[in-house]
Amino acid sequence: MWKERNVPEQTVARFEQVVLPHMDAAYNLARWLTRNDHDAEDLVQESYLRAFKFFGSFQGANARGWLLTIVRNTCYTWFRENRPQELTTSFDENIHSTEADPFDPEKLLLQSESGQLIKQAMEELPLEFREVLILRELEGLSYKEIAVIAGIPPGTVMSRLARARSRLKQCLTKLVNKE
Amino acid sequence: MNCTDIQVAIHGYMDGELDPLKNLEIEKHLQHCAVCSQSYKADQALQTAVKTGAQYFPASADLRKRIQSSIRQGDKSERVVPAMPWRWLAAAASVAVVVVLAWALVPSRYGLDAEQLVAQEVVSSHVRSLMVDHVADVMSSDQHTVKPWFTGKLDFSPPVKNLTNEGFPLVGGRLDYLENRAVAALVYQRRNHVINLFIWPLSHDTHVKTKGLARQGYHLVHWSKAGMTYWVISDLNDTELQEFVRLVQASS
Repeated sequence: MWKERNVPEQTVARFEQVVLPHMDAAYNLARWLTRNDHDAEDLVQESYLRAFKFFGSFQGANARGWLLTIVRNTCYTWFRENRPQELTTSFDENIHSTEADPFDPEKLLLQSESGQLIKQAMEELPLEFREVLILRELEGLSYKEIAVIAGIPPGTVMSRLARARSRLKQCLTKLVNKE
Repeated sequence: MNCTDIQVAIHGYMDGELDPLKNLEIEKHLQHCAVCSQSYKADQALQTAVKTGAQYFPASADLRKRIQSSIRQGDKSERVVPAMPWRWLAAAASVAVVVVLAWALVPSRYGLDAEQLVAQEVVSSHVRSLMVDHVADVMSSDQHTVKPWFTGKLDFSPPVKNLTNEGFPLVGGRLDYLENRAVAALVYQRRNHVINLFIWPLSHDTHVKTKGLARQGYHLVHWSKAGMTYWVISDLNDTELQEFVRLVQASS
C-alpha cells in the first residue's frame, strides 16, 4: 500500500493533455462554492491529486465532467468538515413567492454595478442552488451532465434549476430595491 | 399543462432540454397565458444577466504551476501543500499507527496474512468506488445485461443475480483489480447503502467457509463456492448484510 509507485511518463503526459485543460472550470466551480480564493485553490489542488490517483479508472469520454465531479465531491467533504451549517438547506421556499415584488430585469440592468449585484445574490444562494446555476449558466452543461456531477437524478435537475432561479430573482429584487 | 407545471417545465424549455412535443405544448400555453409569458421573459432576462454578468473565475498561473509540479512528482504528491494541516497530520498519525501495527505482526510471515491483505484491498476498492462516483461501468438492474458485459473482459463468467425482489436491487457491474488479477465487482443497493460484491476464481483449492470481518467501519464477508472466491463489503448493518450473503449463496 505504501510502496513507491513509478508513474510512467506517458500517463503523466496523457493526464496533462486530457485533464489539465479543465482547470479553469474546476477553479470556477470551487471558487463559487467556497466563495474565497484560498480555499478554492487548496481544494482544486487536492482534487487534481485525487484525479491523478484515479486516472486509471477514467474511461475517457468526458474529462471535464469527470473532473468537476471530483471537485464537487472534494468541496462537499470540505464543507462537511469546515462549514457544515451551509449544507443544511431549508426547503420551505415557494416557487411562486416572487409575485409580491416581481423581478424587474430592466431595473437590474440600469444598475452600474449589476455584475457585483449578481455575484452578491448568487453567493447568498444555498450551496445546492449555486452549484446547478454555475454548471448550467457558466459551464453550459446539459442536465444529464449536471445530474452526474451533483449526484442527483436527471429529473431533479430541472426542478432544482427552477427553484434556484426563482430564489435568485428574489435575492436580486431585494438587492436592487435596496440600492 | 397548467400554469403550475409550466413554472418548472419552462426552465427545460429555456435550456433546450425538452422534446419537440413538450416544446410545442409550452409554446401554445405561452401564447395564451400572459402571466406565464411575462414570467418567461423575466427568466430569460435573468439567464442573460447571469451568463454575461456573473464573473468567471479562471485558475491563477501560480495554481497551474503548483498543480503541474505536484503531478510531476507523482506519488510523493501527498505531502504537497496540505489543504487541511490537521487532517493530514491525523492521517499521518494513523499511517504511523498502522505501520507500527504491521511491524508488530511481522512474526506471522511477512506481516499481514493473505486474508488480511485481501480484506484491505477490498476496503480500498470499495472506498475508491464511492469516492470518485464511479460505482459501476455498466449500469443496469438486469442480470442479462450485466453478466454478458463481463464477457471478454474477464477470463471467467461471474454468477450475476438481480435481487430487487428480495430488497437488494442490482445497480450494475464494474471491473476491478484485486489480488493481482482482474475481478468482477457487482454493485447492489439497500436504501442508501452501497454493497460491493467481488468475485474471482479461487487461486488454489482451499475452500473458505463463510467468514465475517470488520474494517474501518465496514462489514466484510467472504467465502468460496464452486471454485469462486466471494467478498462482500458494505457499511450496511451486519444483520442485513448477512441476509444479503445468504441470498447470494442461495443463487450461485
